[in-house]
Amino acid sequence: MSMLSFEPKYRVRGGTLVGGDLFDFWVGPFYVGFFGVTTIFFAGFGTALIAWGAAIQGVGNPWRINIAPPDLSYGLSWAPLREGGLWQLITICAIGAFVSWALRQAEIARKLGMGYHVPVAFSFAIFAYVSLVVIRPLLLGAWGNGFPYGILSHLDWVSNTGYQYLHFHYNPAHMLAITFFFTNVLALSLHASLVLSAINPPRGELVKTAEHENTFFRDTIGWSIGTLGIHRLGLFLAVSASFWSGICIILSGPFWTRGWPEWWGWWLNLPFWNGQ
Amino acid sequence: MAEYQNIFNRVQVRGPSYAGVPLREGSWWARAGKPFYLYTFGKLGDAQVGPILLGWTGVASLICGFVAIEIIGLNMWASVNWDPIQFARKLPWLALEPPPPAMGLRLFPPLAEGGWWLMAGFFLTTSILLWWVRIYRLARSLRMGTHVAWAFAAAIWLYLVLGFIRPILMGSWGEAPPFGIFPHLDWTAAFSLRYGNLFYNPFHMLSIVFLYGSAVLFAMHAGAVLATARFGSEREVEQAVDRGTAFERGMLFWRWTMGFNATAESIHRWAWWFAVLCPICGGIGILLTGTVVDNWFLWAVKHHVAPSYPQVLPVVTDPALLSGGPQ
Repeated sequence: MSMLSFEPKYRVRGGTLVGGDLFDFWVGPFYVGFFGVTTIFFAGFGTALIAWGAAIQGVGNPWRINIAPPDLSYGLSWAPLREGGLWQLITICAIGAFVSWALRQAEIARKLGMGYHVPVAFSFAIFAYVSLVVIRPLLLGAWGNGFPYGILSHLDWVSNTGYQYLHFHYNPAHMLAITFFFTNVLALSLHASLVLSAINPPRGELVKTAEHENTFFRDTIGWSIGTLGIHRLGLFLAVSASFWSGICIILSGPFWTRGWPEWWGWWLNLPFWNGQ
Repeated sequence: MAEYQNIFNRVQVRGPSYAGVPLREGSWWARAGKPFYLYTFGKLGDAQVGPILLGWTGVASLICGFVAIEIIGLNMWASVNWDPIQFARKLPWLALEPPPPAMGLRLFPPLAEGGWWLMAGFFLTTSILLWWVRIYRLARSLRMGTHVAWAFAAAIWLYLVLGFIRPILMGSWGEAPPFGIFPHLDWTAAFSLRYGNLFYNPFHMLSIVFLYGSAVLFAMHAGAVLATARFGSEREVEQAVDRGTAFERGMLFWRWTMGFNATAESIHRWAWWFAVLCPICGGIGILLTGTVVDNWFLWAVKHHVAPSYPQVLPVVTDPALLSGGPQ
């Protein structure tokens, strides 16, 4: 029944947010729930629309699929299916699927007596996506400012949008986002390495303890954040990376229309420098 | 409810400070510094600061790192005629540039033409390699695995590709990035443009996948651990050798969510490989750029991955395709 040895005692009724007992069951290893049904609906419909969009364009190579948003001239109105309407429907499906997924995680967390950290963290990723395809297009007044759905085509969009602001690396929120992404990789590698090095000591040695983990970091840099603290730090770094990614693109266009290198002029012109 | 959310420590206990696990016999460097407590550190994690074990590799590494930063900083200061105000004002824009291309791989170019850059790079690299030896030996002296050192080696690989291996293959130190905040960003953008947009480089793609994937994994892992912290999930080593309800719940959370779950040990193996493959793939991508592939966009066109778009603008011939241009 695809259940883990200890699983049956955890498979209890209740904890649902919507639908009572109606969808309170499992299919194989998957929990269903009301939001499982909505996830399947939105994800399935959205994927089918992408496949259909690729088919009517005659694109069979998955790398080259490109579902573009409507032309800027459509503004914030609906576009015909073949001229960006598909993109609009797919966007609705994507947001529906992501939000359903987060709410399903919340239901599962309730069922297991857990906190809501995972769905809260996931909502930051949803925020980054929504910034790109809803918030910024709304602020700029046209859905055409969203990014196209395609493996390579979305990279072209990132490139082109970046160079519209001359040099995107100078965007201070982008700097923060990248700093958080890099620091996240560093912290993840240190945490994972430390745990693995305690569980997998040299041949003939006993498995080590949290005291060894703390001692290793105190010996190395004079401080160890501790076994609980590292997870707080990791969650903060990962969530901050998403958050500042969303902010950096919302700023670009609605709040700053020139090259990002120019933005730093305020620093050079601080009165502190004595008018130099 | 709120007390289980585990954002900060609400209570901090102050017992006797912990000196650390005893070192292996025969280590003649003692731990230094009298431990003290910081309240703010205690809000996030452990409050105890110190002791630290410096060792000769630690001292040598710090000295080399200090020398490298001094060389970089003094060169930047010299570039604004030793004006302290202008140094602070323009610091983000200041650079210590590598030798110009005409110097090739000369080991001792004039100091003002890249000599200082080479010297700073030498000391920074020595500092980093000594730090690697240090963490390897510290792990061994505690009789732990050396996973931290090997993960660090992956980052060193990317650093060496950028500043050492690729410049040697290209035949010029001038290929390496400069030291400086904005200047190294300029170098990155120019590098991408010169080689036909790095987004088309498949190893750059993979590196970003692992960069973003690491954020996803850390959020998933840290979120699941914090959400089960009241069951003792932060005792990961114990949970790995003797699974308890904390990790059973965390495992079932993911199994019920996405049909698959890791274990207390294997989640750290997933995490380790995601984090380590980010710089490994990035290093491969940089190493191939300019040495094997000159234009990643044309590479993507050749291999049928670049998308085609409706023609809405007048046709312009790509200068890179004209005869005489780099192919």
